[in-house]
Amino acid sequence: MFAFLTRRGAIALALLAAALLAAPFLVDRYILSIILLALLGAYLGQAWNILMGFCGLLSLGHAAYLGVGAYASAVLFVNYGIGPWAGVFVAIAAAIALAAAIGWLGFRFRIEGVYFALLTIAFAEIVRIGFDNWPFVGGAAGFFLPVSSATQHQWWNLRGGEVFFYYVALAMAAAALAAAAALRASKLGYALLAIREDPQAARALGVDVTRARFKALFISAALTSVGGVFTAFWTNNLFPAQVLEMSRSIDIILAPIVGGVGTLFGPIVGSFLLVPLGEALTDGLTALGVNAPGAKALVYGLLLMAIIAGTPSGLWPWLSRKLGLQERAE
Amino acid sequence: MSALLEIVDVTKRFRGLTAVDNVSLSVESGEIYAVIGPNGAGKTTLFNLVAGAFAPDDGEIRFEGARIDRKAPEQICAAGIARTFQIVKPFPDLSVSDNVAIGAMLRAPDMARARAQGEDILRKLDLYNKRGQKAGSLTLPDRKRLEVARALATKPKLILLDEVMAGLRPTETDRMVAVLREINRADNLTIVMIEHVMRAVMALAGRVHVLHHGASIAEGKPDEVTRDPKVIESYLGMKAAH
Repeated sequence: MFAFLTRRGAIALALLAAALLAAPFLVDRYILSIILLALLGAYLGQAWNILMGFCGLLSLGHAAYLGVGAYASAVLFVNYGIGPWAGVFVAIAAAIALAAAIGWLGFRFRIEGVYFALLTIAFAEIVRIGFDNWPFVGGAAGFFLPVSSATQHQWWNLRGGEVFFYYVALAMAAAALAAAAALRASKLGYALLAIREDPQAARALGVDVTRARFKALFISAALTSVGGVFTAFWTNNLFPAQVLEMSRSIDIILAPIVGGVGTLFGPIVGSFLLVPLGEALTDGLTALGVNAPGAKALVYGLLLMAIIAGTPSGLWPWLSRKLGLQERAE
Repeated sequence: MSALLEIVDVTKRFRGLTAVDNVSLSVESGEIYAVIGPNGAGKTTLFNLVAGAFAPDDGEIRFEGARIDRKAPEQICAAGIARTFQIVKPFPDLSVSDNVAIGAMLRAPDMARARAQGEDILRKLDLYNKRGQKAGSLTLPDRKRLEVARALATKPKLILLDEVMAGLRPTETDRMVAVLREINRADNLTIVMIEHVMRAVMALAGRVHVLHHGASIAEGKPDEVTRDPKVIESYLGMKAAH
């Protein structure tokens, strides 16, 4: 599955896995929460990357799948007593239904490139405005899960402390990496790469472009909605202005872009750089006494520009070349 | 016996322009058939009609007796017709071996076998040593070869070659001619080629079809067609008459 890694790359991956498994015993709660956020970012980035990086379809509305998944599982749990392990399937079904609508419009009417991206924004905004004005799910005032105390360990209901959620996030990030690697090596994975490179040539070689694009879209939406279920049960509160905002969609895509679009490790590398960077900036600027609104966003933006200018095809391709972590370019 | 590919009274118009005007031809199994004519004669449009990129406005196209003129390109490829593009369309960011494996996966049960089949074809087309390179880094002659290799990897019964000799040096042309002849003979692959390089047409084609302004003006054996006054006037020019 990771045959493209060199011996050094495989050792680095094993060390990273060991460090992440041991982290709850080594670091304090604050650091652990930052690693958890980075893992969640890596997971969601992996999901988005399957659509953009493998198949070349730019989605700027992934918050919609996240939010739909989060709300579906939370409402089922709170209002109907249906636990998240069942609710996750409803979340996936809801996200796929939404993706089917976007895909049907996009692929049926040959909406490509930036126009497809606009379509995804439009749908995400429709979903956000819908939830904002839907009293059943609390509207703009939000939807709340009963707060779980650290003593209430009900893993079967996704209730537990920070360490429990940390391991769930770690398992999800690892599973998403494995799934992306398996997809990448499969016939469907190669079909997606062919479509990304040249849809017309792909069709001439017998690839059913529309079908493959639907599959990529469904996989990506389903994975993202599972991230939404996690978000709901971890944060215990949902606001359309948070989980369904455009800025949330941008958050999801920054990590894979910075890390390397279309690579397997790009979303992980990107997320593990950007999340701590954001936190360090918040702390650093506070320590310096800078509290002007937008100061963090400005510095963050400048740093992003510097990183992207320095490694235009992503951090992972550059890093793996420098350190000799993989055999050939992914 | 019925022909492998039959094109019957096919017409394709683009707005006012009739790109292919009531063309009929039929290609027998195992044949090497060339379509020639000046630029803008409708040759590539004819290929696009056969390959399913466009549907004809009139007429029928049959492959192994079944209508294919309303089918999608991927269905036509699955039925056994592969094509190359005149303006080559490699998957530039993927390796040469990945490019060919994507062609082979149509009929291979898994990627490992698709890759193995692809490598055999790369050897035939002298691209094996470059299999690890990105397709985007190849020279034009190598890209032309890759275009042929990828189409062959789909294991077609009929291959449509659109000017695969263009841009090749004479020695490279001779090599490609030898490769195509070998594939035609060993695998009984039927070849329909659009070609301007007459050296290749004369060496390979059993029959030649000449298009001019979208219409058929001649069909026959290469040496007959090249002596036809209409063909000389419209396409080959006076130089070829001497």
